[in-house]
Amino acid sequence: MTTLIILSVLPLLLLYLGLFKANKTLLPVSVIGLLVGLGFAFAEWNANAQPIFSGMMLFDRFSVAFSSITILSTVLILLLSKGYFEKISSHVAEYYAIILFALAGIIVMVSFHNMVMLFIGIEIMSVSLYILAGIRKNDFASNEAALKYFLMGAFSTGFLLFGITLIYGASGSFNLEAIRNYVVESPREISPLFYTGLLLVIVGMCFKVGAAPFHFWTPDVYEGAPTLITTFMSTVVKTAGFAAFLRLFSACFATLSDFWAPVLLIITVLTLFIGNITALYQQSFKRMLAFSSISHAGYLLFAIVALGSASASSVFVYASAYSVASIIAFAALILVHRQSGSDSFDSFNGLASKNPFLAFTLTVAMLSLAGIPLTAGFVGKFFMFSEALNKYQIWLVVLAVVNAIISIFYYFRVIIAMYFRTTDRGEVAVPAYYTFVLGLSAIITIVIGVYPALISDLI
Amino acid sequence: MESFTNAIQSVPLNHYILLSAIIFTIGVIGVLLRRNAIIIFMSVELMLNAVNLLLTAFSVYRGDAAGQVFVFFIMALAAAEVAIGLAIIVMIYRNTNSLDINVLNRLKW
Repeated sequence: MTTLIILSVLPLLLLYLGLFKANKTLLPVSVIGLLVGLGFAFAEWNANAQPIFSGMMLFDRFSVAFSSITILSTVLILLLSKGYFEKISSHVAEYYAIILFALAGIIVMVSFHNMVMLFIGIEIMSVSLYILAGIRKNDFASNEAALKYFLMGAFSTGFLLFGITLIYGASGSFNLEAIRNYVVESPREISPLFYTGLLLVIVGMCFKVGAAPFHFWTPDVYEGAPTLITTFMSTVVKTAGFAAFLRLFSACFATLSDFWAPVLLIITVLTLFIGNITALYQQSFKRMLAFSSISHAGYLLFAIVALGSASASSVFVYASAYSVASIIAFAALILVHRQSGSDSFDSFNGLASKNPFLAFTLTVAMLSLAGIPLTAGFVGKFFMFSEALNKYQIWLVVLAVVNAIISIFYYFRVIIAMYFRTTDRGEVAVPAYYTFVLGLSAIITIVIGVYPALISDLI
Repeated sequence: MESFTNAIQSVPLNHYILLSAIIFTIGVIGVLLRRNAIIIFMSVELMLNAVNLLLTAFSVYRGDAAGQVFVFFIMALAAAEVAIGLAIIVMIYRNTNSLDINVLNRLKW
């Protein structure tokens, strides 16, 4: 709870700092504030948490773990923002404030214990992101990304709300526990309204996390938005979306899995194939990462399809691995883009001879995203697949492994470009902040890959 | 208040559900078929208002205030979305002098 209060007050403080033109203090203040919030989150680590505020919120281990990983990723992303927003406009404080407001919405999303809070959390996050996607006011791609994201986001909110309303109409409550009791007590007399509502909630949530066939906004928005914002959307926001999805389904609908599991199964397989096969054809690294984020949404859906007691920790491991590796990839993209002015694979040519450290960390990230052993990505995939195998969904795992092999092709294109092609461009300038973030993320990726027990037993 | 509740309850619940579903569908079709950004936006609002109507009806039928409180949350967030959405639409209009979403094809779909 303290974390949420800190994260809500911090953006207001930043706005005041901006008002008094203290632009130099913005980054240190927001990083320190986030770290304090992270400390309070750890302090609330408690196995027997009780719902607070009349059952509105529940800060249990699940919510603390996901709050921590989202806050940590945000710190890493904010460190990359040194000198980034100044190029867009002189009103820098607002950008930091809006990112932190989105993070406050995310904390609500991972700690809800009532459908009302789920809705409010998602909306606080989404409304902030609509603004962030369009902060380059004169860049047409950024405009287009903002409008598409806004229209699709509002559209999907409509589905989510209609679903919540029908579930309320059938069960008579927004409280997750009351809804679960309604489902468990008389499984034979569940109203058809409830099933319709459940399907609409699935549609709404799949829109938000970017799962096929509701993914079509993702590549455009990710490509059009400023790269730093894309980093935030594809790591922190995706993690939060899956945490909320999983929390809702494991708390309320676990016993109805015969009804919704086939639907999600089809969505998962579609997401995997569409994400991976379309990513193969991309010439732009940024757009490739957008499609790769769709395919990773497919792997994350595994945990919900094969819902069990270990689902939370496998989503946690996978989301951490994916977030950290994506941050490296986008950081490298920002640096390369600054030098060459292009997002294409060709701009990575010959990076290894000029910037061995940058090339090495990017290689670690690509190996992790592809799921090669001794990286965090492998551990995440291993947990996902073993859980699906426990539920006897063998053919699903076979399809997923085929997709993992397809993904190796496009991840390795970058590595090949960096190590085996040559270029006449000079060295890419790597600021100290970037070196820190890249190094730390690469270390986290390898450490989790070698000692997965560090984070896999947390929840 | 009692007579008001009775007046709402004099219409069967199924009729409210049907009416809301129809309004919601009109909204969905509007979003999918219309090409003007503002009309799409209005269709989204129509979807949200269908939800508000249904929530109020459920709330009265169950004698539970939670549904009506939720309606206020939806209204507040719809207002926030209007503020952001119109700002984005104005920004697009300044750059393109058009509100037709067909001009938004610089990025492929």
